[in-house]
Amino acid sequence: MLFYVLAGVAIAASLLVVGQRNPMHSVLLLIVSFIGLAGLYVLLDSPFAAVTQIIVYGGAIMVLFLFVVMLLNATQEEMPARTTIPVKIGGRPLRVGAILAAVFLAEIVWALTRVARAPIAGGEAVAATVQSVRQIGIAIFTTHAFAFEVTSILILVAMVGAVALAKRNL
Amino acid sequence: MPTLNNFLALSAVLFAIGTAGVFLRRNLITILLSIEIMLNAANLAFVAVGRYVGSVEGQVIAFFVMTVAAAEAAVGLAIVIALFRQRETLNPDAFTSLKW
Repeated sequence: MLFYVLAGVAIAASLLVVGQRNPMHSVLLLIVSFIGLAGLYVLLDSPFAAVTQIIVYGGAIMVLFLFVVMLLNATQEEMPARTTIPVKIGGRPLRVGAILAAVFLAEIVWALTRVARAPIAGGEAVAATVQSVRQIGIAIFTTHAFAFEVTSILILVAMVGAVALAKRNL
Repeated sequence: MPTLNNFLALSAVLFAIGTAGVFLRRNLITILLSIEIMLNAANLAFVAVGRYVGSVEGQVIAFFVMTVAAAEAAVGLAIVIALFRQRETLNPDAFTSLKW
């Protein structure tokens, strides 16, 4: 079962991302997780999403992260050194966060077990509609043309903002 | 063929891992990576539901989420660089100027 293999890869890699002390390893493991997700997109008859996942996430965003990790030379996470940090925040937020994540997971699993199992419709016709990059292009550039234009403005603003923020004399 | 529930469950698990990472880690870069995991979990749910209803809308939303994630990563990393210049650390507990 390909699904379980790919899901296992994605979950294991994500767990290791969160568990790593070294941010460099975290970034590289996250790329493995994204490749697993791209395989799942292929399984869902969505090759366009799979390819953009690898190109945009694995290729562009993760390289940006790697650049920053190398630039800051931050290969080791500092342990909570209580001497250097002025305020005592303590372990309370950590416990709250862990409980929050566990409760969230339990809630979603509970909700999912209550709904009926929904088999994904097979059939060549449905798969062909979903696979079609032409249909995706039509949807993006006609139905969602406004959102597309807003996205371009968002990226422009983010670019200017990133340059302004990273400039030496803020 | 796995059912829609399989994909949604996987999405929930990945989202929970991301949530845990944001709260448990004391490193700004790992926190940003955890946010990327959460965005990807949402993307997986969108694509799976889109496939389930037999339309391309799910992939279109996933596409927009990816562009937003790219913008978020660029701005977030710029902020991380600016903060690192100030304090020479990536520990979020060190940045408390806005704490009353």
